[in-house]
Amino acid sequence: MAAPASPSIPFARNLREAGIAAAIAMALAIPFLGLRTVNLDQGLVVQANLRYVPLAGLVVFLGRLVLGLLAAPLRRAVAPLAGLKPPAGAQRLRPYGGPLLILAAAVLPFLPFANRYVIDLGTTALIYILLATGLNITVGLAGLLDLGFAAFYAIGAYTCALTTTQLHWGFWPALAAGGLASSLFAVLLSLPILRLRGDYLAIVTLGFGEITRIVILNWQSLTGGPNGVSGIARPTLFGLTFDRRAPEGGHTFAEMTGIAYAPEQRLIFLYLVILALTALAAYTVGRLRRLPIGRAWEALREDEIACRSLGINPTMVKVSAYATGALMGGLAGCVFAARQGFVSPESFGFMESATILAIVVLGGMGSQAGVIIAALFIVVLPELARSFADYRMLAFGLAMILIMIWKPGGLLSGRTPTITLSARKAKSMAEATS
Amino acid sequence: MAGPLLQLSDLHASYGPVHALRGVNVTVNEGEIVTLIGANGAGKSTLLMTICGNPQPSQGQILFQDRSLVGMPPHLIATQGIAQVPEGRRIFPRMTVLENLQLGATLADPAHFAEDLATCYALFPILETRQAQRAGTLSGGEQQMLAISRALMSRPRMLLLDEPSLGLAPLIIRQIFQVIEQLNRERGMTILLVEQNAYHALKLAHRAYVLASGEVVLTGSGRELLANEQVRAAYLEGGAH
Repeated sequence: MAAPASPSIPFARNLREAGIAAAIAMALAIPFLGLRTVNLDQGLVVQANLRYVPLAGLVVFLGRLVLGLLAAPLRRAVAPLAGLKPPAGAQRLRPYGGPLLILAAAVLPFLPFANRYVIDLGTTALIYILLATGLNITVGLAGLLDLGFAAFYAIGAYTCALTTTQLHWGFWPALAAGGLASSLFAVLLSLPILRLRGDYLAIVTLGFGEITRIVILNWQSLTGGPNGVSGIARPTLFGLTFDRRAPEGGHTFAEMTGIAYAPEQRLIFLYLVILALTALAAYTVGRLRRLPIGRAWEALREDEIACRSLGINPTMVKVSAYATGALMGGLAGCVFAARQGFVSPESFGFMESATILAIVVLGGMGSQAGVIIAALFIVVLPELARSFADYRMLAFGLAMILIMIWKPGGLLSGRTPTITLSARKAKSMAEATS
Repeated sequence: MAGPLLQLSDLHASYGPVHALRGVNVTVNEGEIVTLIGANGAGKSTLLMTICGNPQPSQGQILFQDRSLVGMPPHLIATQGIAQVPEGRRIFPRMTVLENLQLGATLADPAHFAEDLATCYALFPILETRQAQRAGTLSGGEQQMLAISRALMSRPRMLLLDEPSLGLAPLIIRQIFQVIEQLNRERGMTILLVEQNAYHALKLAHRAYVLASGEVVLTGSGRELLANEQVRAAYLEGGAH
């Protein structure tokens, strides 16, 4: 008797939830769809047109019902994927994974299919990997939620833009200045927010992100406001530029090496610069995790009170996590500015912070490989779906929902221990104790 | 030794509006096991937390090796040689057992690490077999052993234990108390132990204090208090025998 009744209960619940969703949708549809202002002779007039309200209710009702009915089969369908394990041989390849990936990325621009578009896409992906690697320190390792990371990206980009255009610095000193300026702002930001946790921290960092953007937008005399800054210096190779004609007193890469000039050379060089920076950042984070400072970041994420009782100063740990993360954000900002040759406040809105955070969360907090996979996913997937143009955000959203059902902890949610004892060492220790 | 290792005099502390300690005097001498017993809310845990600097005392003095700890932030108090095994264990759940122990050694000379690790593994052999495992996946008893080991990794002068028997099986409780006793007997570790489990704690302790409503109401040797009628009536009858 119970067996036929049980499937009907979820159905009834789905029906009820769909009804509630439809009611909410209709209530919201009244101001959003039902009322509109019309510009008549006597001025703006509000016109009521409630035709679409029941329609909105119906669409939401059906949509919620279908989603509710599909959720369980969908979860069952992706469940077997969670059990997939890499083959045993893959474990032995693990230490070579990083270098092989870097090598593959380094030869990419020289492959026959690598046109301007591919290199440009690669550069974008690498900028996001570098940004997410930085944010991963604050959010993934130290557990400090940051919703305004684009602020550090913006500070790096604008420092680079202003030092090269106003002070006529080259790209390389500007790169260092951008990273350091971001770091400095991160220290200033982290001091007042040390006592905040969780939701409150998120709100303050969100505010910092917006304040930075609005200050840049309104400080016309320095930043050019909404017009942005243009004419940012391009990177040079030991003083050689990648232009067609050498600047006053300088030389071009084509002149000195005898390789024929090609406009792609500049793009390839920039790609290699960001690749080197990203690889260096990833390597540094890997090393830092094994040092006391990196261990303290992770311990702070786990339990702040326990940290203090072990003699770890939470202030220093938090400030260093923010500063190191922001340093990488600033470097990414510099490369971004040098690639575009132009920066404006539009590039550093909340969407940017949200995208970087999505990469960190999607990849699995604290996982470097996860960050790389998720960044490629977030940058490349919308590009692949370009032919659908209007629907690509829809496809993108759906893909993210599927991943979150399949892997709620992010793509790579496992955590690699930072210290292991070899079997031999463990054995000798056991002998010493017995 | 000039004075006692730890001396609390006329200590007052509050959690917000709650006046949790009202003029407590407690001394712990080098090499002693001192126990604080008392009912829920008597201020036992607050007393340990106040020694560790959170909350700060509102009045009174805390002297450790004749140095005042009042006003010192918690992470600096840890550098003085006081290691705390906090209530609820507070291990780092997503990190491995070995990483937890490594974090315990934050303040210690790295040259001692292997030796101290071997000592901890000798005290709790189960931890060695679990060393690559995430600490959050350990059983409650194993987590308590890890918390004690983590505190020992800093080579403290004094160990503060907050309810080490909380939520553990009787057999594990016995093992934990054996180790506490062994630490004191073999290595001369000074221990301040806070316990609900009055019977076990009093049997172990050289001296003990009974706390009620933030004040010390009774003090004496562990054996005396174990025999005391009041203590028996309030904390032992129907307790863990």
